[in-house]
Amino acid sequence: MTVTRLKVPILIGLLGVAALATPALTRAVDGPRGTGDLGIIVERATGRVQIVETTGRTRLAKVEGLGDLSHASAVFSRDGRYAFVFGRDGGLTKVDLLTGTIAARVVQAGNSIGGAISQDGALVAVSNYTPGGVKVFSTATLAPVVDIPAAYGSDGRLSKVVGLVDAPGQRFVFSLYDAGEIWIADMTDPKAPRITKFRHIGKLPYDALVTGDGRYYVAGLFGEDGLAMLDLWHPEAGVRRILGGYGRGEKPLPVYKMPHLEGWARAGELLFLPAVGRHEVLVVDPRTWAEVGRIAVHGQPVFAVARPDGRQVWVNFAHPLNDTVQVIDVPTLKVVHEFKPGKAVLHLEFTPRGEQVWISVRDANRVDIYDTRTFARLGSLDVDKPSGIFLAARAHRIGL
Amino acid sequence: MSPRLIPALVLTAGLAATAAPATAGEPLAPHEKELMNLLRQDCGSCHGMTMKGGLGPALLPATLDGVPDEVLVKIILDGVPETPMPPWHPLIEPGDAAWMVRQLKDGLK
Repeated sequence: MTVTRLKVPILIGLLGVAALATPALTRAVDGPRGTGDLGIIVERATGRVQIVETTGRTRLAKVEGLGDLSHASAVFSRDGRYAFVFGRDGGLTKVDLLTGTIAARVVQAGNSIGGAISQDGALVAVSNYTPGGVKVFSTATLAPVVDIPAAYGSDGRLSKVVGLVDAPGQRFVFSLYDAGEIWIADMTDPKAPRITKFRHIGKLPYDALVTGDGRYYVAGLFGEDGLAMLDLWHPEAGVRRILGGYGRGEKPLPVYKMPHLEGWARAGELLFLPAVGRHEVLVVDPRTWAEVGRIAVHGQPVFAVARPDGRQVWVNFAHPLNDTVQVIDVPTLKVVHEFKPGKAVLHLEFTPRGEQVWISVRDANRVDIYDTRTFARLGSLDVDKPSGIFLAARAHRIGL
Repeated sequence: MSPRLIPALVLTAGLAATAAPATAGEPLAPHEKELMNLLRQDCGSCHGMTMKGGLGPALLPATLDGVPDEVLVKIILDGVPETPMPPWHPLIEPGDAAWMVRQLKDGLK
């Protein structure tokens, strides 16, 4: 199957009204509309994304031909129309949510892990494992703008790059996995980025996040306890080690899936972090970066994501305990709800105001949609091996 | 591991000891399907769904050919210290690990 169209245009086509509608036949939506309630779901095994809408909770289109989408992620253009999908195989695909088509696509590296869009929306950056570094492209055309090889050490070896985010001041920030460095790239002159390097930040940074206000960049370390924190308001202060006791600890459990830090949740005054190698969610006060509590949970957390109002934090877990989702009540720091959507819950995404949460259940080939207030299931969509769910409202959030 | 999987694991550990690697077109037994799913989806989280590598190295036939099966089985079961490769022995039986190694060397056909 190539592109599955919305039923209505197909019906119109059958009625013969589609004479004017070469575009209509490939459109995800018929006629003008916004994209504020649209999003994409990655079908990781088939190189396909589904375009969905969260008002009627339906699928609008399937878009094929995106390559290897294991660990794929996406960012959105500032007008909310296009998703930029980062594939594992180095593919960067610009998907038009309104027409359900590929607007542009490049295979820009051998092996990639994710990307970011610049503050002004003009640049899309991809973090690459092979060759290690960041490549920057025009969001308009996907034409290459500049390469930033992640060379380190005396012999200039290239490091895998992880944790690439956008930050205010037209900056990209990312971590060098092999080198143990954090770099800030100021893209004010896109052809000649100004790079600031922070060395010896810790062993094996494996992912990172920027807080929603764009101020703090925090990299998780696999090679040692703690995290590396950089205050982007005061980069001259350097990288600080925080939560030295956090991390794999004295008796780490085997980690069968790395936590994802992009999902780290800021709820109210607190930050909720998945502990590596522990069945715990850590609670941190970002004013002091001190740990203020630990919440025992079902397994090793992968994503701990705050509902947009900050009242709840939803958590999924690493293999083999990945059939379960738990909900933490923020005021009491207690697990108040637990349910089992099915085997291999990979990702969850809230609608922008948090009334729904969409959950990928990979091995059930299903995305389930829940009411976050009553915990009732509102519906499901058939999705082949779903992984990431990315709603277009991310277009307007720093770091997503 | 869910308790209901244990009989299947025991059964197939026995099977895997005698069975040749599945060849193209030959349907996989249910437990082998589970292992193949584990290989592609869960190993694939770090090594890439097509095994071309990711945070972890590529696991293609060309990269594995010179490495004895026992060494690869040991890596799966015991993990690699100082790296994110975890020991899988709490979840994977030795016979199953050997079966997975053969599938990898065969290019996950």
